[in-house]
Amino acid sequence: MIGDLLEILLTAGFWAATIRIVSPLILGTLGELICERAGVLNLGIEGIMTMGAMAGWMWVYQGGDLWGGIVFAAFIGALFGMFHAGFTVYLGLSQHVTGIGITLFASSLSYYVFRMLLPNATTPPKITPFQPFAVPILSDIPVIGEALFTQTPLTYLALLSVPAVWYVLERTPLGLAVRMAGENPVAVESQGIDVLAVRTGAVMVGSAFMAVGGAFITMSAFDAFYFGMINGRGWICVALVIFASWRPGKALLGALLFAGLDALQVRAQQLAGAQIPYQFFLMAPYLLSIAAMVVMARRARYPKALLVPFRRGDRV
Amino acid sequence: MRIEARQQVEVWRVILAPVLAVLAALVLGAGLILWAGEAVLASYWALLRGALGSAFAINETLTRTTPLIFTGLAAAVAFRAKFYNIGAEGQLYCGALAATFFGTGLVGLPPFLMIPFLMLVGAIAGGAILIVPVLLKTHMKVDEVVTTLLLNFVILLLVGYLLEGPWKDPMSLGWPQAAPIVDEGVWPPLLAKGRLHLGFIFALVAAVLAWALMRFTVWGYEIRAVGLNASAAGFAGIGVNATVIRTALISGGLAGIAGVSEVAGLKGYLTLDLSPGFGYAGIAVAMLAQLHPLGVILSAFFISAVYVGADAMSRTTDIPTYIADVLVGLSVLTILVSVMLTRYRIRWS
Repeated sequence: MIGDLLEILLTAGFWAATIRIVSPLILGTLGELICERAGVLNLGIEGIMTMGAMAGWMWVYQGGDLWGGIVFAAFIGALFGMFHAGFTVYLGLSQHVTGIGITLFASSLSYYVFRMLLPNATTPPKITPFQPFAVPILSDIPVIGEALFTQTPLTYLALLSVPAVWYVLERTPLGLAVRMAGENPVAVESQGIDVLAVRTGAVMVGSAFMAVGGAFITMSAFDAFYFGMINGRGWICVALVIFASWRPGKALLGALLFAGLDALQVRAQQLAGAQIPYQFFLMAPYLLSIAAMVVMARRARYPKALLVPFRRGDRV
Repeated sequence: MRIEARQQVEVWRVILAPVLAVLAALVLGAGLILWAGEAVLASYWALLRGALGSAFAINETLTRTTPLIFTGLAAAVAFRAKFYNIGAEGQLYCGALAATFFGTGLVGLPPFLMIPFLMLVGAIAGGAILIVPVLLKTHMKVDEVVTTLLLNFVILLLVGYLLEGPWKDPMSLGWPQAAPIVDEGVWPPLLAKGRLHLGFIFALVAAVLAWALMRFTVWGYEIRAVGLNASAAGFAGIGVNATVIRTALISGGLAGIAGVSEVAGLKGYLTLDLSPGFGYAGIAVAMLAQLHPLGVILSAFFISAVYVGADAMSRTTDIPTYIADVLVGLSVLTILVSVMLTRYRIRWS
């Protein structure tokens, strides 16, 4: 059994699957991370990912091109982020409850819009999704090349956004403003920067990331849109942000670990055959997310102003 | 734009807030109905008739109100202490699992003992599954929203495993369902016709009890105090962690009874599609009631009517049945804004 598992770990297929599974998780986790660094918990993620999955897919199905679909999904995501920011940043409503409301609304609206545009579809209609693109030379490296450099462009985009988000957050004045909005909004205000605008911008950009993560699932991993497609991935991203202690690099590591175990789970299931029911393997990702939160909770250093609405003129 | 607290909150504002919120959600939903090419008023009329237009319709609406009262109370009690229990769906299935485990022949009791016994084990099961998330929150500050939510997926998979494997009823002709509850445990129907059962009465009683608990007891006072300001409550000598744990167990217990009610009252046996999202709809019920236990009865009835009515409306129009979920989701958002406007005013300057 152990030997079989090791054998799995040495196949390129396993690593390729891991990279595929990790892509939407990275995008969702980065999106949630950007929101939370600015001080806004975004529990709308599950709904926003569903919206992105539907919107991007529908754009292509209606004759648009793939990248146009990604831009469209990002736009729709930003729109829902704007709603969330309007409620939580400007009106100061509970971030928990608003987020849950956005998830209920956005996911049911996705299904409504899908049914409206395709009322008679019985078998889910399909699009031609993103195709794998072999990076010249690099893809010739054994195992690693096949796993890492024979993916769809969207995966490269997800992987490249990790250093990009890190750079913007940690090394630019804009990123400093975002981080300070989540740590000490009064200080930001005293610099003449509009905290509400910074937070709104961060939530919109973060939500756009989430929506693209959702779009990956219908436009790159699969070629159709189904009911319940996101299946808790958004909530797992929320757990991963805590696991990552709000750092993009650690988010990548956490997501990789998670995706690796998920890919292993599918293969172990075939090994174990009928001995262990498949439901127990499917439980693994959810239990793992909880475990990840527990392990990291001790060391977690929350952005100090997370969940705290900022009202100009309030003394804190 | 400035937001200022109102000096005093008039009663009429508190009562008007949910009404205006629902109206706003209906107006926004009208856009979706127009998109489907249907007349708005005629469609909403069809929805209303489908929910309340006949004895049969009212019976169906009340039947569906029953679990929503339980899950709505579960959310209302927990949210009052700012414990965001989003796992009522899973806790409902835990209650259903317990009722199935004990109610399909393992325990033999006369009906007047069997019915309360199944409620009790269901409530314990629903509360028990919350012990891990609540202890993680109180002792390690792990966010309960994510843990309770992730457990929903775990429990549903467990139910799937049991129903396809060891608990599958050999008499079910291949369907993934458990053996039926013994006759002594079945909740009797309230009327000769229709599916309305004793659970509806139990739900009303539960709402009154929850209200009395929150309003008149020390526990209720502590729950409200912790929700309003946990650090002040702690300073005043209230055991904050103990209160949060207690609240969570009550909340999970109520959601667990919702599951018992659906198994022992409505279906008679456990299936995978026992709940079409009652746990999630319960959050909307609680919000619409402004977390008031007696208000939960009214808002559960309203949301049940939206679901039952939307089903009927979709059958006669081109409007997808998802409109019900959209309206419920919209209501959560509009109620948040309208409740806020009862306490604050916005000055544009």
